[in-house]
Amino acid sequence: MWERIGAILRKEFIQTLREPRLRFLLFMPPLIQLIIFGYTVTLDVDHARIAWMDKDRTPESRALLARFQGSGRFDVVALADNEDEVQSILDHSDAHAVISVLPGFARDLARGRTAEVQVLLDGTNSNTASLVSAYSAGVIQAFAGDVRPKQAKNRQTIRVEARGPGGAAGMAAAPITAQTRVWFNPDLRSRNYFVPGVAANIMLMITLMLTAQAIVREREIGTMEQLMVTPMRPIELILGKTLPFALVGLTNLALVTGAALLIFRVPFRGNFLLLLFCGALFMMTSLGAGLFLSTISHTQQQANMAAFFFNTPAFMLSGFTFPIRNMPQSVQYLTYLDPLRYFMEIIRGVFLKGVGVSVLWPQMASLAVYGVIILTLSALRFHKNLD
Amino acid sequence: MNGFAVEIHDMVKTFGDFVAVDHVSLQVKTGEIFGFLGPNGAGKSTTIRMLCGLLIPTSGSASVVDIDVAKAPEQVRRNIGYMSQKFSLYDDLTVEQNIDFYSRMYGVPRERRAERKDYVLRMANLTERRDALTRELSGGWKQRLALGCAILHDPPVLFLDEPTSGVDPIARAAFWDLIRDLARTGHTVFVSTHYMDEAEYCHRLALMHRGKVIALGAPAELRRGLNHHSLLRLDTTAPLDTMRAIEGAPGVVEVAVFGSGLHVVVEEAERAMEEIRRRLGAKGIEIRRLEKILPSLEDVFVAMIEAEERKAA
Repeated sequence: MWERIGAILRKEFIQTLREPRLRFLLFMPPLIQLIIFGYTVTLDVDHARIAWMDKDRTPESRALLARFQGSGRFDVVALADNEDEVQSILDHSDAHAVISVLPGFARDLARGRTAEVQVLLDGTNSNTASLVSAYSAGVIQAFAGDVRPKQAKNRQTIRVEARGPGGAAGMAAAPITAQTRVWFNPDLRSRNYFVPGVAANIMLMITLMLTAQAIVREREIGTMEQLMVTPMRPIELILGKTLPFALVGLTNLALVTGAALLIFRVPFRGNFLLLLFCGALFMMTSLGAGLFLSTISHTQQQANMAAFFFNTPAFMLSGFTFPIRNMPQSVQYLTYLDPLRYFMEIIRGVFLKGVGVSVLWPQMASLAVYGVIILTLSALRFHKNLD
Repeated sequence: MNGFAVEIHDMVKTFGDFVAVDHVSLQVKTGEIFGFLGPNGAGKSTTIRMLCGLLIPTSGSASVVDIDVAKAPEQVRRNIGYMSQKFSLYDDLTVEQNIDFYSRMYGVPRERRAERKDYVLRMANLTERRDALTRELSGGWKQRLALGCAILHDPPVLFLDEPTSGVDPIARAAFWDLIRDLARTGHTVFVSTHYMDEAEYCHRLALMHRGKVIALGAPAELRRGLNHHSLLRLDTTAPLDTMRAIEGAPGVVEVAVFGSGLHVVVEEAERAMEEIRRRLGAKGIEIRRLEKILPSLEDVFVAMIEAEERKAA
């Protein structure tokens, strides 16, 4: 039995590594993907473009403007004089938001009344809009906090009115300020959150495609028929076909992790060996799924399409970009069928939180069970005849 | 052992509504070269695949070296070598890597591998090219390597499915030398082909048409067969006019163009020749040659297949 598995392994390695083009394809695209994903998949707004409309024109309103400019998060790109200009700025996407200091701002501050600032947001990209809204509220709140001690008698508030296309959402900068302390990712860099997830995605894609192709290829070139007349057992073929790609997958995991640390300076707080072990568990599911796809495909194109149809929902349901808790309940149940979901939780936990088996065991157990089921299923589906 | 290497009993294979193999029964003796002839789609490959356990018969049974194929396919596989119609080695491995791979897959014992490899390399005449990539070999070499890889485990029975299709005549002759060598050393060779000249090399033949075996026997027997009809060779100055003139004449069964002349199947040679001379004389067509000839296998099979077609129509 091991003799035959060894023979298949050796053959796969010779075939895979013979061509420089294929060697390149195995290891370079994952890195390129990581780099592209790493730079593009970020939801942070570093330099929000804002327009400024000062209807108060007082030292206090200019002090607020200085606050915005000094915050490092905003670039004031235009000064608007009237509502028409505001409209035009938002229509042309010249700015993410227009901040309008309403008349009587300084007077209200002086009298200890609630002063008003209006934030008009371009809500086309809701994520950017809510971030800009939150950042502006933060700056205004800080400003309110600083002017307060001067009039210690009065509790000072500035009312922020944020307005997106959907209507107004008033936010009162509450007199009670909440102290927020962020754990694990103190800068709230979304890259830290996404890059480990990209590594998980890349592993799924590579191993799924390679295995789905491997068996179908033998069928297409006719060697499968020849293999079937040897005394080979299905399990021998399956192990011989998956082990090389498991190795490729783990190499990719190590490579991509290294790149994530060096290029993107993503913190790695956990145990690398644990990550590799979980990677192996995860690959039982992705290789199993690849094998399963190869048992239902007749040509390499079909296998590719099938892999694509598996990959995309797996990606969407994994919680990679869209938090699972925000999904409808029924879809949340569906995510339990997605092996990537478990590995996504594991890889983020290991990278960012540094947690170990004591926390991650439910995900690890899920992957193991999933892997055994799908590998068994595809082994059962693989018959040694052409019917 | 009852002396049969392969026994097929009333085997049927259907794919949906299509009957690929229709109640086939035959026996192949040990050490025989058994030729399987017939046009494409006649059911030859399907039959061979069922004998190798690659397809499951819809009904009927088959055994190879007395082992039931349906009951113990794995045991059968240890006793057979199979060469499929498609070239089935790895193009991107070298000659030697292919041999090593299949040697392990067939479970050739470690201590015998070197010896078997040498045998195959010598047999296929590839000793000097052992490091060449398989895709760089010409058709004939590839075919011999494929045969070599199919017999690494020294199986008593060989199934070769159109092994020489697409190979030049010289390479085909060399390949048949190998097949005869194998038969001489006690191997049974079950080989399908659509080359009639190759049929002459076989000890016995089966002609398949539309899933049925319509003739079975040694080449000489089959040639004598032709349903007790005789075959005439007729060359004239105007073959098409000649055809029109003699078709439907008493005693003439069939007229077919063959090369530059005609082949005429008749009930009784002397009487038919008289009738043909009379009719052509009346039309003023000059006869260059008219004689009774021994039918080739091709004549026999064409006549048989046409007779089948007429029966079906």
